[in-house]
Amino acid sequence: MTTSVLPNGERIHELFAMHRRPNPPSALSAVGTLAWRAMLKIKHVPFQLFDVTVMPIMFTLLFTYIFGGALEGSPRQYIQYLLPGILVQTVVFITVYTGMGLNTDIHKGLFDRFRSLPMWQPAPLLGALAGDLFRYSVASAMILVIGLILGFRPQGGIVGVLLAVALVLVFSFALSWLWIIVGMLVRTPESVMTTSFIFLMPLTFASDIFVRLDTMPRWLQEVVGRNPVTHLANASRDLMHGEPVGNDVLWVLLASAVIVLVASPIAMRMYRKER
Amino acid sequence: MLHAIETTGLIKSFGATRALDGVNLRIRQGSVYGLLGPNGAGKTTTIRILATLLKPDAGSATVLGHDVGRNARTVREKVSLTGQYASVDEDLTGTENLVLVGRLLGFSWRDARRRASELLDAFGLTEAAGRLVQTYSGGMRRRIDIAASLVAIPEVLFLDEPTTGLDPRSRNQVWELVRRIAAEGTTVLLTTQYMDEADRLAERLAVIDHGRVIAEGTSRELKAMVGASALHLRLGRADQRERAQVLIARVLGDGVIPGTDPTAVTARLANPSQAAAVLTALSQDSVDVAEFSVGNPTLDEVFFALTGHSAEHPVENGQS
Ligand SMILES: Nc1ncnc2c1ncn2[C@@H]1O[C@H](COP(=O)(O)OP(=O)(O)OP(=O)(O)O)[C@@H](O)[C@H]1O
Ligand SMILES: [Mg+2]
Repeated sequence: MTTSVLPNGERIHELFAMHRRPNPPSALSAVGTLAWRAMLKIKHVPFQLFDVTVMPIMFTLLFTYIFGGALEGSPRQYIQYLLPGILVQTVVFITVYTGMGLNTDIHKGLFDRFRSLPMWQPAPLLGALAGDLFRYSVASAMILVIGLILGFRPQGGIVGVLLAVALVLVFSFALSWLWIIVGMLVRTPESVMTTSFIFLMPLTFASDIFVRLDTMPRWLQEVVGRNPVTHLANASRDLMHGEPVGNDVLWVLLASAVIVLVASPIAMRMYRKER
Repeated sequence: MLHAIETTGLIKSFGATRALDGVNLRIRQGSVYGLLGPNGAGKTTTIRILATLLKPDAGSATVLGHDVGRNARTVREKVSLTGQYASVDEDLTGTENLVLVGRLLGFSWRDARRRASELLDAFGLTEAAGRLVQTYSGGMRRRIDIAASLVAIPEVLFLDEPTTGLDPRSRNQVWELVRRIAAEGTTVLLTTQYMDEADRLAERLAVIDHGRVIAEGTSRELKAMVGASALHLRLGRADQRERAQVLIARVLGDGVIPGTDPTAVTARLANPSQAAAVLTALSQDSVDVAEFSVGNPTLDEVFFALTGHSAEHPVENGQS
C-alpha cells in the first residue's frame, strides 16, 4: 500500500488501536436510543406529518364552512362538534406510518444491521412505537392549534383536552400493532398504505366523526354505534367539552386492550422469526 | 487451527426456491475470503445465516467456534454486517447514524459521539458528517456503511457486495479499506460478482452457483483448473470471431473457451508455445488480430469452465 486512495487511510490503524468494546446496552437504553432515532426522522423529514394533516385540515375547513350551518346551525357551532373527531381521524391515519416505516427499514436492510447487533431484539419495534407516540402527540397539537384558530373552544379546558389526547394515543398505539404485522407481511411501503386504508377508511368514515349518530338511518346506527372509532370520537368530544363521559371510554380501552393482546404477540413472533 | 467460519451442509429454501443446497466453507482466521457467484447464487443467504439473521433448514455453521443458532448472542458480539443494500438510515446524518450504532452497541452518548467523529475522520467523511445520508454519493454511502461496521471492532466482518455499482475510484477506496481492515487482524468475508475483485482481495475464494460451492481454493488454484495458461485475443472485427474460433479449434484440437465479448476470443493452451501456431494460422487466413496476450485465465473463464455459463450473464434460475 504505497499510495493511499483514502483521504485518511493511515488513521484506520488508529481506529483499531483506540477501540474498546463496551458491554451491550440495557433493553431500556436500546429502546430509548431507537425512539431518539424515530424523533430525528420526524425532525429531518417533517413532510410525513404534513402529508397526513393536510387532508384533515381540508375536511375541517370544508365541513365547517359548507355543512356547518346546515348540520349544527352555524360553522362555529359545528366545529365544536367536529374538531375532536377530526383529531381522532388524523392520528388514526398516521398510525399507518408505523407499518410503512418498519417495512422500509426491513427492505432497505437497516433491520439486518439492527438484528445483527448484540441488543435486546424487540428494541427496534418498541423504539419505533415510542417514536410514533411522539409523532401522534405532535399531530394532535397541530390539529388543536388549527381548531383554536378556527374558533374551537373546548369547555373541558386543558385537562379535558389532555385526557382526550391521551385516550386517542392509547387507541392509536394499539392500532399501530396491526400495521406492524401488515408491514412485515407485504412487500412495499405503498402496499402497507393501501392495505391499511382498506380498514381505516370504513373505520373512520362509518363513525360519528362528521355527523351525529341520531341523524343516520336506524340500521346504520346499529353499525356505526359499534365502531370503536365512534366510541373514541364520542369520548374525545365529551372529555374536551367537560361533559360526563359515558361508557365510551371503557369501550375504547377494552378495544385497545383486545387489539394489543392479540396483535402484539403475533407481531413479536413474526419479528423474531427470520425473514 | 481455529477457523473463523466453518459451515457444514447448509441448506436453506424459500418456498420452492432452494437458495442453499449444501454449502461447506472453512475460513481461516485473519484472512480475506471471497464468495463469488452470479445473481441468485446464494451469497446473501449464506452471509445472513452467518450473521444470525436467518436459520438454516439443515446443516450447521459456527463463527469463531460459536454456533450461530445456539450462541447467536455471542456471535453478534463478534461480528459486523454491511449488507448488500444500505444498512444505514438514509433519513439521518452521517454522524447520527454512527452515534445510533454506537449507542446500540452500549457506548455512552459521549463515547458514541467521540467514536463517530474518529470514524468519520478516518473514512474521509468529516465534511459530510452533518448531511443526511440520502444526499451522499454511492461511494460515500458504502464508506459510512462500512464505518458503521467498525464502531465496535468486529473479529469477523461480513461485506455483502461492497463494490457493486461503484465507480472505479470508489471501488479502489473500498479495496484499500478491506486490505487495511484485514491487516489489523479482522477476518473479512466478502461476496462479489466481480472476478478481478475476488482475485485482488481474497486469499481464498469459493465459487458458488445455485446454492452450491462448485469450486474452492486460492485464485491461482482455481485458474489452474481451467488450463495451464490461456491465450487472450482481441479481434479487430467482430464478424471474424466465428472464423477465428474455427481456426483455433483446428490448431489446438479443442480449447476455445466461450465468452460473451463479441471481439474477444480465449483459448486454453497446453503450453504457451502453441500461441505462435495459433497466431500464424490466423494471419494466414487474414483474421485481424488487434491484441493478444498469454497468461492465467481470468476468473470469468474459470466460472465459464466450471458452470458452462458466464457469471456476468447468469441463466435465470426459476424465481430469482
Ligand atoms: N426472503 C426470500 N424469500 C424468497 N426467496 C428468497 C429470499 N431470499 C433469497 N431468496 C431466493 O434465494 C436465492 C438466493 O438468493 P441470494 O439473495 O442469497 O442470492 P445472491 O447470491 O445474494 O444474489 P445477488 O447477487 O442478486 O444478491 C434467489 O433465488 C432468491 O430469489
Ligand atoms: Mg445478494
